[in-house]
Amino acid sequence: MTVAPSAPDAARIDAARARAPLAFRKPLCHRLIRALFWAGSAALFLWCLIAFDITPQRIATGLSRLGNIFSFMFPPHVWTTWREFSEVLKGLGETLSMAFLGTVLGALAAFPLSFLGARNINRLPLLRFSTRRLYDLIRAVETLILALIFIRAFGLGPLAGILAIAVSEVGTFAKLFSEAIENTSRRPVEGVTAAGGSGLQAVRFGVMPQVMPVILSILLYNFESNVRSGTILGIVGAGGIGFLLSDRIAAYRWDEVWSIIILIILMVYLIDWFSGLIRSRLVGATA
Amino acid sequence: MTLADINPPLHGAPAMARFRTDFAQARTRARLRWWTGLGVFAALCLLTAWLGEFFKVTQVTMPDGSRDWRWIIPAGLPRLGEYLSKTIPELRWSSLGADLAAWFWRWRIWLELLWETILIAWMATVVGVTGGFLLSFPAARNLSPHPAVTWFIRRWLEIARTVPELVWALIFVFAFSVGPMAGVLAIGIHSCGSLGKLYSEVNENIDMRPLEGVRAAGGTWFDQIRYGAVPQVLPNIISYTLLRFEINVRSSSIVGYVGAGGLGQEIRTAMSLQEYTDLSALFVIVLVTVIVIDHLSGKLRHRVIEAET
Repeated sequence: MTVAPSAPDAARIDAARARAPLAFRKPLCHRLIRALFWAGSAALFLWCLIAFDITPQRIATGLSRLGNIFSFMFPPHVWTTWREFSEVLKGLGETLSMAFLGTVLGALAAFPLSFLGARNINRLPLLRFSTRRLYDLIRAVETLILALIFIRAFGLGPLAGILAIAVSEVGTFAKLFSEAIENTSRRPVEGVTAAGGSGLQAVRFGVMPQVMPVILSILLYNFESNVRSGTILGIVGAGGIGFLLSDRIAAYRWDEVWSIIILIILMVYLIDWFSGLIRSRLVGATA
Repeated sequence: MTLADINPPLHGAPAMARFRTDFAQARTRARLRWWTGLGVFAALCLLTAWLGEFFKVTQVTMPDGSRDWRWIIPAGLPRLGEYLSKTIPELRWSSLGADLAAWFWRWRIWLELLWETILIAWMATVVGVTGGFLLSFPAARNLSPHPAVTWFIRRWLEIARTVPELVWALIFVFAFSVGPMAGVLAIGIHSCGSLGKLYSEVNENIDMRPLEGVRAAGGTWFDQIRYGAVPQVLPNIISYTLLRFEINVRSSSIVGYVGAGGLGQEIRTAMSLQEYTDLSALFVIVLVTVIVIDHLSGKLRHRVIEAET
């Protein structure tokens, strides 16, 4: 603070400090724990710097090399022939396809599974518990590892990426969908049963209209994030723009690398903008 | 023209007839919209399936030794099963200890690399939190010192989180050579981007009155942030940070695949040397670590939330 307290203020502050010392100063054990936490963190950080061999000299050479790479960014590379440009376009299209089809297939598989994990649909605690642990297990596996496995089975190409995204999304979607189902109101369901509807009809006309907007918004959101993760699957060989990117990095063609990165950023922007548009329309339609 | 001409009285047979035509029209419109939507969706599915090589045919070896062309999905599924079954280690009750020892035969190296993986995640979280925290205040519209500063910081945060960690890792491996340093920087920059965005959203939802109070008492911009904003956002920031640490542990077990340190390099070696049981052992190690860390940090997060509310 820039303003110094005047003399009467200082006296009043002293009086307040005498009356309620804890408001001015935390108790000793709190301060000790805090000091230990920061000291421990600082020590670990220093130890990491030594263990990871992060020296000023290494940082300097790295930064100069990084600056060298960045200098290729201007002007960005422009593909002049259609053959080269169509390769990049095909990569972008493959990445989008991987994200789209992976999301759709994952959702199709997760939808029936999610009913098994919802407390208000599945009344068997043991089955529900085991289904939920299954979702957790699927979610714990990295998409990249799945892609590596699928590449061994289905060969290099976007198909391995589609399947990897689909399988890893099954766990996420099943969890999110079943939470959405659990958050529905019971009253429409009771209404359908009171009018003589079967259990299936209660789900169709009582639960579905409530969860559909939530599910659509989850799908859109995960499609966005799958476009991002789809780019990295290419780096291990699952097709798409990531494959071109890692290929160009391996060949040290940094000017093309930057152009591809710019295109990826543009694509992600466009997708985010577009799905934001759809989401606001969906919310407007249901609200 | 009177009002009755525009809005004819709604009773009797004419009203019923009008309701019927209106309802039929609405039904037709809804049905049309549904079928167009379905058509567009189906076309998109077909297009993406074609682009994604979903309908590729591949050569397979038939039981009698001849080669034939088959659709890739049924052709690949047995290969997938074969691959997965190869990764399952042989464990017998009679010699469980020896079998486990054979399965985790490189456990010394793997434990060392696991420790490195966790440290990479921790360092990256420190880098990301420091960067994200400092940038989140000028990036929030209500706290920003100048709109141009906000614009530049927001673009930087977007680039940092849109470029995947693995791409940052590839670039940093080239610049800083192979090793955990590249991994720390790659995950750190990506965390900085995502955390900066999340923190700045928290910052935009704070109560502005404490800041006004600090300004009225003569505080500078830094004083306003330090005494007005930080105490409000701290619990949320701690919670996001712990979540990010969980994500970073997963990432740091992967970045080694491109040479940026941690367990990922062993995964790559096991893949290329076709050491199938090593793969499952590494998978078990990563899975257990991720579950334990998620559990611990989840507990810590709940304590933070409870302490503040």
